[in-house]
Amino acid sequence: MEIDIWTLYAQMLRSRLIEKAVQSLWEQGLISGEMHLGVGEEAIVAGVLAHVQEGDALALDHRGTPPLVMRGIDPSLLVQEFLGHPQGLCHGMGGHMHLFSPEYLIASSGIVGASAPAAVGFALANQLRRRGKVAIAFLGEGAMNQGMALEAINLAVVWQLPAIFVCKDDQWAITTPSANTTVANLAERARGFGMPAIQVDGSDVEAVWFAAREAFTRARQGGGPTFLHASCSHLEGHFLGYILLRLARKPSLQMLSNSWPLLKSLFYSKGAPFRQRLQALFIILNLINQTQAEHSAMSRSDPLVRARLKLLSEPPRLEDLENGVRQEINQIFESALNTSSFDKGG
Amino acid sequence: MKQASFADAIESALAQAMADDPTIIILGEDVHIFRSNQFVRFGEQRVISTPISEGAFVGAAVSAAMAGLHPVVEVMLVDFVGVAMDALLNHAAKIEAFSGGRWKVPLVVRAACGGGYGDGGQHEQSLWGWLAHIPGLNVVVPSTPADAGGLMLAALEAENPVIYLEHKLLSDYWLDSLGAGGRKTVQYDVPQDGAHGYVPDDWVPIPLGSAAVRRAGSDLTMVSVGVSVHRCLEAASHLERNDIDAGVIDLRSVSPLDRETICEAVSKTRRLLVVDEDYQSFGLSGELAAIALEAGLSFDYRRVCTTGTIPYARQLEEHVLPNTGRIVEAALELTQTHPTPR
Repeated sequence: MEIDIWTLYAQMLRSRLIEKAVQSLWEQGLISGEMHLGVGEEAIVAGVLAHVQEGDALALDHRGTPPLVMRGIDPSLLVQEFLGHPQGLCHGMGGHMHLFSPEYLIASSGIVGASAPAAVGFALANQLRRRGKVAIAFLGEGAMNQGMALEAINLAVVWQLPAIFVCKDDQWAITTPSANTTVANLAERARGFGMPAIQVDGSDVEAVWFAAREAFTRARQGGGPTFLHASCSHLEGHFLGYILLRLARKPSLQMLSNSWPLLKSLFYSKGAPFRQRLQALFIILNLINQTQAEHSAMSRSDPLVRARLKLLSEPPRLEDLENGVRQEINQIFESALNTSSFDKGG
Repeated sequence: MKQASFADAIESALAQAMADDPTIIILGEDVHIFRSNQFVRFGEQRVISTPISEGAFVGAAVSAAMAGLHPVVEVMLVDFVGVAMDALLNHAAKIEAFSGGRWKVPLVVRAACGGGYGDGGQHEQSLWGWLAHIPGLNVVVPSTPADAGGLMLAALEAENPVIYLEHKLLSDYWLDSLGAGGRKTVQYDVPQDGAHGYVPDDWVPIPLGSAAVRRAGSDLTMVSVGVSVHRCLEAASHLERNDIDAGVIDLRSVSPLDRETICEAVSKTRRLLVVDEDYQSFGLSGELAAIALEAGLSFDYRRVCTTGTIPYARQLEEHVLPNTGRIVEAALELTQTHPTPR
């Protein structure tokens, strides 16, 4: 199979535009609770999904929208689902963290790390029932500290399963930097289990595509599992309304309401020595600053921006592609919103 | 007396205890942000952020408690306790019994619970009945700021593990983090008397296993816990307009259970309506019927509980969780089927 950067970019753009429109629905209050976007992960998902065939299974985490879109699920089913509509993919029962498609063998979980054992089970079923078919787990690097994820990796090696563990590493476990929670390089960690590991720049869709091809080839030929360690940045933070990003984006306003109890905590009569208190306060302030710095630099590592640069040699084709995708996505959201408002009115 | 939010009440009671007892530590995911005030006041050594490794750090909290610390270990949402269940089910709950009473596990497991904001069935469960089912675990579920602080202090004075559950509709920071996320475009049905209220200037513990009679009533007894207590009180006001005098008991603590208060009320009204946001089958609602029967009472019984997996869609979710309409309906059924039970 040859790499097709145009199709990869189209997939990434579809996913991005859908998620940006979902973000707008969330901001309008049409989506009630949490919303974890995969914005920033598109190159990883596109590079991996390009190799997926019928019969391959996907075990997803709480960022399921991009893989479902790129696997070919009708996006309007997803939008309806997020709007809580009975015509949604899971009839409004699941929402964005619990997306399921038995037809495509796709299962999601909002429990960190749970996608790893899920992929092991899918891979076992494929090994026994659908030779040559693969199971793919998507998980964040924070999940690599869950026992179940490490147990699953061991099991996949012991049983030489056709599994691929795609670790999307943004260096943050919610508000905690990975440096404080995770020891050892994660690819090395996987190799310690006897699993081949590939490290890749997850914002470079071509690099991901080639790395994934190696993993898929091995798995389909019965060569066992692979750990794909891909770096990325979450352009909207852990989830929409993510507190560190809110603080970083509106420091003066938000900090005013947050700083008074924090400052008082420096001076209560009983507690840690003053130096330790100051140290703790600086840890929090540094996290806000770090978030601010990372996000102002993120546009450079935006996987869409990087992929698009490779297509500038053919401006008319690029324009056609982008217009086509925009039109498709606009239509999806227009009709999804019409359906749900019609039903609510009726 | 002064006014405080539910979340601030927990924080101030916990801070009061931490100031007096240096063995108390907080550990859990992201506590440097979620407990930032305590993080600054008590420092990194006593407010410890963990990896997302519930199995490891809850397990570690159990043995740390056995070795002289008094951890308040947080798993964020009670749904995530599934990952750490072995530490609670097979260890925290059993060490005292296994050691012939010679080794205690002074541990508080703190978690947010409950639904009503559209997060779906993996983030909105209650699970207090499921946890209270295990001998050796205490489970408390406050419904007001005053109880939230008093029960936190009691949990920290207990010699044995206490699961401390705070409902997300009552704790403003949880609802903001997982629900609104800074938006003004979403509304949630927050019981105002639960989210804010009078609290004492200095916290004193509220003994575990003491229910509170929120409203006396002669026609039927509603027994509930957490946010549903407020739904019951709202339902009781509706029922009053139909000349039905409904009492409301707030259990506050699911385990130990205040059998006396429940049985006393049911013996007078002879009608028991349990309103429980936890799952209906094999749980608290059945347990309450059982203790009243064991006490030799004869009474009519209904329950309004969560019957299945909590749906993501708000309109579906509202129907599945106990709401005021369902409570009123059940109460009318209960009082109208047998208009003169005595």
